Amino acid sequence: MESNLLTVSPSPHIHQEQTISRLMWDVIFAMLPAFAFSVYVFGLGALMVTLIAVLSAVFFEYMIAKHLLKREPDIMDGSAVVTGMLLAFNVPTNLPWWLVVIGSFVAIGIGKMSFGGLGNNPFNPALVGRVFLLISFPVQMTTWPVPFESRMSITDVVTGATPLGFIKDGLKNGESLISLMQEVPGHIDFFLGTQPGSMGEISGLLLIIGFLYMVIRKVITWHIPVIVIGTMFIFSGLLWFGNPDRFVDPLFQILTGGALLGAIFMATDYVTSPMTIRGIVIYSVGIGVITILIRVFGAYPEGISFAILIMNAFVPLLNKYLKPSRFGEKVKNG
Amino acid sequence: MNQTIIITIVSLSGLGAVAAMILYVVARQFRVETDPRIDEIEEVLPATNCGGCGQPGCRAFAEALAQAVDISDMHCPVGGNDVMKQVGQILGVEVKEKDPYIAVVKCSGSFEHRKKTNVYDGAPNCTVASMLYGGDTGCAYGCVGLGECVDACDFEAMYMDEKTGLPVVIEDKCTACNACVKACPKDIMELWPRGRKNRRIFVACINEEKGGIAKKYCSVACTGCEKCVDVCRYDSVVVENNLAIIDPEKCKLCKDCVEVCPSKVIDMVNFPPKKDRPPRKDRPDRKLARTKAETVGAEASGAEAGGVATAVKNEQTKATGTDTVEAKNTNSPVSESETGNPQDQPSGRSEPKPVARTEKQDSDQEDKKDNSSEKENKA
Amino acid sequence: MFMFIFNKLKTFPKGGIHPPEVKISAEKPIERIPLPANIKVPIAQHIGVPATPVVERGGLVKTGQVIAKTAGFVSANIHAPASGKVAKISEELDVSGYRRTTIMIRVNKEEEWAEGIDTTDELRSEISLTREQILEKILEGGIVGMGGATFPSHVKLNVPRGKKADVLIINGVECEPYLTSDHQLMLEKSEELMVGVRILMKALDVKKAIIGIENNKKDAIDKLSLIAEKYDDISVDALKVQYPQGGEKQLIKALINREVPSGKLPIDVGTVVHNVGTTYAVYEAVQKNKPLIERVITVTGKSVKNPGNFIARIGTPVSALIDAAGGLPEDTGKVLSGGPMMGKALNDLGIPVTKGTSGILILPEKESARSKSKVCIRCSKCINVCPMGLEPFYLMTTIQRGMYDEAEQNRILDCIECGSCAYICPSNRELLDYIRLGKATVSNLIRERQSA
Repeated sequence: MESNLLTVSPSPHIHQEQTISRLMWDVIFAMLPAFAFSVYVFGLGALMVTLIAVLSAVFFEYMIAKHLLKREPDIMDGSAVVTGMLLAFNVPTNLPWWLVVIGSFVAIGIGKMSFGGLGNNPFNPALVGRVFLLISFPVQMTTWPVPFESRMSITDVVTGATPLGFIKDGLKNGESLISLMQEVPGHIDFFLGTQPGSMGEISGLLLIIGFLYMVIRKVITWHIPVIVIGTMFIFSGLLWFGNPDRFVDPLFQILTGGALLGAIFMATDYVTSPMTIRGIVIYSVGIGVITILIRVFGAYPEGISFAILIMNAFVPLLNKYLKPSRFGEKVKNG
Repeated sequence: MNQTIIITIVSLSGLGAVAAMILYVVARQFRVETDPRIDEIEEVLPATNCGGCGQPGCRAFAEALAQAVDISDMHCPVGGNDVMKQVGQILGVEVKEKDPYIAVVKCSGSFEHRKKTNVYDGAPNCTVASMLYGGDTGCAYGCVGLGECVDACDFEAMYMDEKTGLPVVIEDKCTACNACVKACPKDIMELWPRGRKNRRIFVACINEEKGGIAKKYCSVACTGCEKCVDVCRYDSVVVENNLAIIDPEKCKLCKDCVEVCPSKVIDMVNFPPKKDRPPRKDRPDRKLARTKAETVGAEASGAEAGGVATAVKNEQTKATGTDTVEAKNTNSPVSESETGNPQDQPSGRSEPKPVARTEKQDSDQEDKKDNSSEKENKA
Repeated sequence: MFMFIFNKLKTFPKGGIHPPEVKISAEKPIERIPLPANIKVPIAQHIGVPATPVVERGGLVKTGQVIAKTAGFVSANIHAPASGKVAKISEELDVSGYRRTTIMIRVNKEEEWAEGIDTTDELRSEISLTREQILEKILEGGIVGMGGATFPSHVKLNVPRGKKADVLIINGVECEPYLTSDHQLMLEKSEELMVGVRILMKALDVKKAIIGIENNKKDAIDKLSLIAEKYDDISVDALKVQYPQGGEKQLIKALINREVPSGKLPIDVGTVVHNVGTTYAVYEAVQKNKPLIERVITVTGKSVKNPGNFIARIGTPVSALIDAAGGLPEDTGKVLSGGPMMGKALNDLGIPVTKGTSGILILPEKESARSKSKVCIRCSKCINVCPMGLEPFYLMTTIQRGMYDEAEQNRILDCIECGSCAYICPSNRELLDYIRLGKATVSNLIRERQSA
């Protein structure tokens, strides 16, 4: 009898198989196509940056959890790997390794662990790291390697501006949009991924495949990415419709830069996105609008990182005031 | 450049000045007259905000004291008589000294004495477990062992003994704030007078079941055999619902009941060990079959766990007590609580415990009605 | 979510999960468990006041004789499930996990029934009794809700003044995984069930009845639909398989699209819900004068040798049922009374079957153990699956921190304890454990406030 005591616990007695670590590994898996493609496009640099980012993120998570927070480090949940991957996806592949390590440190140390670790951080850690690097090291962070050139070298590469940056600079210098548009690659190139930019930004198609994978695996719901992209499309579409000479077309806005990466992988971060449908709508629309505002009127060519961080700050507020619609709340019978 | 600096300085100082004026006016305009004694009393109070006095915090208690006509019912368990005396001086009233109290654990069912009959695998919370069922041993009255009392203690005066699975109160630190008493869903914790020379005798069991059943599941359960009642010379023991209860007011600490108790369930604390006779409970090992859950602790402890003698308990107590820095401010063993029966303790933070016992659940059919019918028909 | 739009089957719109169905005992004919030597009948088998024993130790009882009388409005009679001698009335462990008053009967070999009980299998479809007589029979027969909540049925049928039911809903959903007792009952006793539905309609004086059955029980839907064709006012609705559709509020929403307001009862939206098991018991009590002394119980589990559906007398020990299904498997971790989502884990196999036991489920050790609980990552899955539109993660936090007012404002009392949140949580958090604790605490607080 001793060896065979009955177990007693409150109901429910069964549990679905999805765990945190499985969710995180699913996210990583969803990023793999884009990762593989960027290794193909950018070569060794992409591999190195990702490797360094992931390893250092895991290392910092482990060290901080063990020695500063004095608790059992749980790196196997994969969240540090996801943060590292996302950070790598957000920086140029020719970024010096020490900058990547600094980015990881800021992402994990300041962005995540200083708030108490997984589940407590108000801001997306990878974006905290990315924005920190962007503001502190703007030159390194905005020189993008040109695809297919110098694939075998890591730091000494041919660089170019991103399409967004190119257009922005051009407009600032008073060139006309039409002439500028002729110099950037077409939409199909953006979609397939042969634009200069960070690893995660290049191929819209592969990011969308990752998105579909995550939706099918029930890692995320479709709401945030679709609403963010939809808002960007409508808002930039209105601007474009109003003045096509000054504003680029909405498809261009969506396919260039980090729009898809941000909407699919960054804005959907569990911890930093709202919990109710009503909150999600406001959050996603906010990201879309702020992104376009920054791109069109702001100082930076790309704004989705800032947009997500700004909306992250509103998430606790949204969670507090936008409750789910309760059953039996509206008395409407018939 | 210079101009910029000047403009900056001027505008900032201007802003500062305006803000200062607003603050000043508001502070004057909306000043609330408070009883100056409240601040004085608050100074004296220990600032632990434990709620042991029944108020939500020390400030609230100070306010209550200043307003009260009669403060004889009000007491700060942490500060004890010293603090209350000072409070009395501030308020200009005489404060009666109160007997010091301490929390005691009224369960002796350690792993060894109380075999597990099942394994609990739910949330680590005593109330959750006891809402679900009687507990992982056959005794529905005994300690659940998930440490809700320890969590409730603001003074780090309790810890779970891993060898016995029971909570232990650290004598020097316990302030008798009543938090553990309120936290325990089984009502095992009770405030008890510290007693003369810190010595006290109490029945460490609350099992009200018939002797046979109680004994079947726990070798140290009170069976209500009344031997203690017969032996007591001071009429201080009564048996109600198969359970012996000692009245601390009447008890003269003669230890007769301790010796006569067949279940060795009457605890005596802080008595010097007897030389001629082996200490209580120090019987030959009972070789109880152990469940997997308890083997770890029990195996390691061996002889120690064999006799959960009070002597052992006290040693642990002292060791832990002096190890810690806080020991110094509670070193004065005098800290006390309400007069009279420990049952009518200060009501404290008035969060009631969820009713865990089924008897109680049965009686409140009214409110069950609503929720139950929702679950009705769920296949 | 998109898929539902294309699906014509009705279901409730908010939340819900779809755990693996594992209905391994489906279509196993109901077998009768032989009478055990001793029967333990707890006097508290229903929600409300426990019944008062009216027999004494040593007294002789006949099968179907009242042994404990109803002790209030929300209470129910308890009858002797077998004939024999009252061995003792003592405190015994029951399904609540506590020892409570139980009448033990030493069963006679020769069964002797109380007078007036029709023990044949003959179908009696003629409803000759008046409404009052029907209610009287249901009260006498000690009928309670047999889906698990065990709410006395006569209380539900006594519609309060000023309220009126217009639809009767019969719950044949059986949304709990594993359980098949209602399914098998619907297949084997469909004619009787239909009579039961008509009795209930007469008792409630309603002109319409809907039987809701989930689409994974197609044979039962077909069979009942065929019989229902005879009656204009009874319809059978197939429902999309989704847990917790058997919850009263969810079922009402799914079938007639009415939402029971928070803190209200189904009667407030003009309907009453009864389980198929209850309906059959009503048929037996009214038409055959046979009180509730036995019920259909599924005994199942992945490692059980002969999972099946059994009919057992109330008071039969769980171990007897497990023996009938091939004995306790080696790898047993948990034995549940009820389904895996809302069932109650038993701490002893001597616990008797009661009126609310819909199944005995034996879970293997590796399946039953809970994984270690981790931090909340705010994935909002618990919110998405909550059929009541609550925020389980938030309620759990408020309870852990003792913020009972906040929990009350966030409708903690609306929780139907379906367990969807704890099932879905990727961090294995004990959401429902704490919510249940919070519900108890908050309702205590409310009661205190009202009495103050």
